[in-house]
Amino acid sequence: MATTTPTDPTPAVPPTTPIIDIHEVSRAYGGEGPPALDGVSLRVRAGEAVSVIGPSGSGKSTLLNLIAGLDRPTSGGVTVDGVRVDTLSEAGSARYRRAKVGMVFQFFNLLDDLTVADNVLLPAQLAGMAKAEARRRAASLLEYLGIDRHSAAYPGRLSGGERQRVAVARALMNRPPLLLADEPTGALDTASGEDVRELLTELNADGQTIVLVTHDLGLAESCAQRTVELVDGRIVRDVVRAAAPRATAVRR
Amino acid sequence: MSALGRVVRAGVGRRRVQTVVMVLTTLMAVTASVLAAGLLVAARAPFDRAFAARHGAHLTGRFDAAKVTAAQLTATADAPGVTASAGPFLTLSVRPRTASRSDFVPAGVDLPPLTVVGRSEPGGPVDEIDLVEGVWPTEPGQIVLADGAAPLQPGTRFTLPDAPGSPTLTVVGIARSVTGTADAWVTPAQAEALAEALTEPTTDETSSTAPSYTSSSSPAPSYTYSMSYRFRQAATDAHITLDRAAIAAAVPRGALTGARSYLTVKQEETANAMAFVPFLAAFGVLGLCLSVLVIGIVVGGAVGSATRRIGILKSLGFTPAQVVRAYVGQALVPAAVGCVLGVVLGNVLAVPVLAEVGEAFGASAGALPVWVSAAVPLAALALVAAAALVPALRAGRLRTVEAIAVGSVPRTAAGPGTGRGRPVRRALRRLPLPRVVALGLAHPLARPARAATLAGAVGFGAVSVTFAVGLALTLGAVQEGRMLDAAAPVVVETGGGQGPPGAEVVPAEGPDGGGGDRAKADPEAVSALLRAREGTGRFYGTTQAQVAASGITGTTTVVAYEGDSAWGAPELVSGDWLDGRPGEAVVTSRFLKAAGIRVGETVTLTEEGRRATVRIVGEAFFTEGQGMLLLTSTATLTELGLGADARPARFHVQTEPGTDPARYLDSVNREFDAAGLGAFARTGTDGSSSVIVAMDALIGMLTLMLVVVAGLGVLNTVVLDTRDRVHDLGVFKTLGMTPRQTVTMVLTSVAGIGLLAGLAAVPAGIALHRAVTPLMGDAIGMTLPATDLAVHDGPVLALLALGGLVIAVAGALLPAGWAARTGTATALRTE
Repeated sequence: MATTTPTDPTPAVPPTTPIIDIHEVSRAYGGEGPPALDGVSLRVRAGEAVSVIGPSGSGKSTLLNLIAGLDRPTSGGVTVDGVRVDTLSEAGSARYRRAKVGMVFQFFNLLDDLTVADNVLLPAQLAGMAKAEARRRAASLLEYLGIDRHSAAYPGRLSGGERQRVAVARALMNRPPLLLADEPTGALDTASGEDVRELLTELNADGQTIVLVTHDLGLAESCAQRTVELVDGRIVRDVVRAAAPRATAVRR
Repeated sequence: MSALGRVVRAGVGRRRVQTVVMVLTTLMAVTASVLAAGLLVAARAPFDRAFAARHGAHLTGRFDAAKVTAAQLTATADAPGVTASAGPFLTLSVRPRTASRSDFVPAGVDLPPLTVVGRSEPGGPVDEIDLVEGVWPTEPGQIVLADGAAPLQPGTRFTLPDAPGSPTLTVVGIARSVTGTADAWVTPAQAEALAEALTEPTTDETSSTAPSYTSSSSPAPSYTYSMSYRFRQAATDAHITLDRAAIAAAVPRGALTGARSYLTVKQEETANAMAFVPFLAAFGVLGLCLSVLVIGIVVGGAVGSATRRIGILKSLGFTPAQVVRAYVGQALVPAAVGCVLGVVLGNVLAVPVLAEVGEAFGASAGALPVWVSAAVPLAALALVAAAALVPALRAGRLRTVEAIAVGSVPRTAAGPGTGRGRPVRRALRRLPLPRVVALGLAHPLARPARAATLAGAVGFGAVSVTFAVGLALTLGAVQEGRMLDAAAPVVVETGGGQGPPGAEVVPAEGPDGGGGDRAKADPEAVSALLRAREGTGRFYGTTQAQVAASGITGTTTVVAYEGDSAWGAPELVSGDWLDGRPGEAVVTSRFLKAAGIRVGETVTLTEEGRRATVRIVGEAFFTEGQGMLLLTSTATLTELGLGADARPARFHVQTEPGTDPARYLDSVNREFDAAGLGAFARTGTDGSSSVIVAMDALIGMLTLMLVVVAGLGVLNTVVLDTRDRVHDLGVFKTLGMTPRQTVTMVLTSVAGIGLLAGLAAVPAGIALHRAVTPLMGDAIGMTLPATDLAVHDGPVLALLALGGLVIAVAGALLPAGWAARTGTATALRTE
């Protein structure tokens, strides 16, 4: 059982300065409907774990996409770790995601024709990391997450929880200062969901900044010190709890 | 519009790229097929019609008047197999000189020799002459010229300077013989008078009813007899050979000196059009194969990517048969548009080719047969329907509940093809290549069927390119070698020699405007000057003469060489080039066939009673003079007693490397003037054939269309693949894959297949080229030299080997760009 994390989060900004600075961001998708996001402003400090909750269509995933540089706001600005994300080119966005962001999805988004190890190695290879270093890093992550015995397997042979651990390993491969998780337990059974919850808590306890989008209020409360609620594209609640929960260890 | 019609229309409108691909592929296939089939049928039609209407002669025989009598010839009408005959006609060769102006031809111009036949009337049971203009000669002094035999209009007068007293003849009409049995016709009495005038009569010949003549050196008279025959069986060369043998057996041994088959005439007259057929047929087949493949890809892709749509259609009440019809209809609609356009384009492109054929028989330009324009597109549509039916049946068999579920649930863990070829894919990923390249190279193994169709499309494109490049190079070599002496950049005319066949030799203008005898520069002096001239590399001399050749009807143009001419010799198909000794000759396969001989056999040349026998030492390829020239040494002409005419009239010069041709010409001409030689130097002419230029243009167009279709086939496949993989692409992008890396990955996913397909296609394209080009040669009655066929040499092969890669990458560029631009968030939402 691993007791220390190999994630080595090394935020580029002091813990008290915001790693995410969202300023008056709106995102409209055309047509006459209401915007997905409407004048949202949000600051997240390094090392913080923030859960974003809200009903379907409230703008949670849009917010996450804007932070990840997958989408661009109609107005306003998004700055992550000192990078003005909303002004980046396509190639710039790609380089930004390699360096600054790791993402975990509800349906894992693993590449089914790559082995677990190859999936995890991929971000490092795209970023041009030295092969030996990438292999060491991947092996370390897989061991840390308790899935090293599956490294040669294909994702289709793993359980949902195991797949999500692979996705987390892949997301952490390039030591991103920010981990974005979009409904990470949404496709998992209760036991696997609990497993992932503990994993995220542990990561945050080790200093990893996490933004978590979820419908699951329990997950939101157990993983994050802060909860932001979106309704119709606006922040209606932003609650910070006094102390963050701590996990005792990473489960296999 | 019915529900089915709406579905078909929506499907066609929704898939614009695929629709364009299907239109283009059927357009190309139908254009080439309509042209090939249409020309095959239509090119022969004007001849066949004229031949039937004019009771054309299956065989025209030329007989030695010293060995056979007119009565004996009349009796050949009863030879085995003969159904009708005409003749005997007294036939002689004359050398006319214009005595009055006709259009652009002034008086005093020496014209090429004419084969004149004495014939009392144009009609008859065989070879009815079609009087195009004027009247038939009814009295001495009148002559009717064959259309195109000489550039003279009715009313023009010309003399025969070779005959004592230079008799004058007046052109009274223009006529046409479907089998080209003569250059001109006069009354029988006029023919006898001319024969009498051309040679001195002797008293020791008694066998002929016509006047008998002999020269001092030979007993041969100056005239021959000709007979025209129709036979019971004359459909093939073998039939004609038997028929000819029957005629030869019916006359004294050696009396039949030459014969001309209507099949040879037909081939000569339709050669240009028929030469198009083999390569057009090859392109048609390639196009149809590519159509089947591309339409299979397109409809298969449409079914594969619209599974949910099919489910919805079925849930709305569409029967499996209606679904099948809907998808077949989506292929047939654009294919029908392509067919219509292809028929139109094929007919338009056929017009200039058919016009040339029609002109030869005085017929209108003609058109491709209607049944060809109907049958070819119908066959193409049937193929398209068959190609579309397979995937359409798959759509019809889809279970509604499964089809409608696609896209409404997240992807299963194992996506399409994810389990296939894993060991190889893993091995590929282990290669020391950039990750995106390794991913791209490994990708086709996950979808082997799709990779195979992509390889097929690329392969057909690469076969077409290899085939077309081979054709172009062969045609280039033919263009280069079709004219004699084309290797010489400088030609020196001595000024008094005979021109090329058919050319008018216009003497210098005299004070009366009628010209006079032209002084010929001394060939020895010209040769000496050239030899001494700085910049002269090597040269040889040639001259031409028109003589009779055994086995050939009419006169034969002999080109006689002097000096080392091996460097300027035409390409040899077999045998050897002339070594300068008398008694050797080189001819084409067309000549060999017309004379009924082979390399190693002999031909007897006759000129005004003198004979010379030459042995055919080599078969060459050239089309100058319709490929009917006989190449020999000047010593042969000397043997024929041609005297001064046997000396070079023209020198072909190759300058030394680094010599400026323009300066060389200037200085040589100045020296000729200074020496008062009367010779002049000019640049050699390339004599480009417009038929070959037209072929090149057509090959280029069809190849471009095939390659575009192949490229669009690749594009369509990659579009389908990109759609299937859009989610994976989104994941890659989420992980930091840049647009450039995305493009690289997509391109490398087709590059490997493209390279392999291209490598496999090159030998196939070469094999196709080797199979088709000899057929083109056969169509014109020529054997192409091996050097003109072996055109795919090292550098060309190396470039062609990359053809598949280029087609694949070019076809994938657009979808690769689309893949790179696809929004990541959108892609991730796409399930």
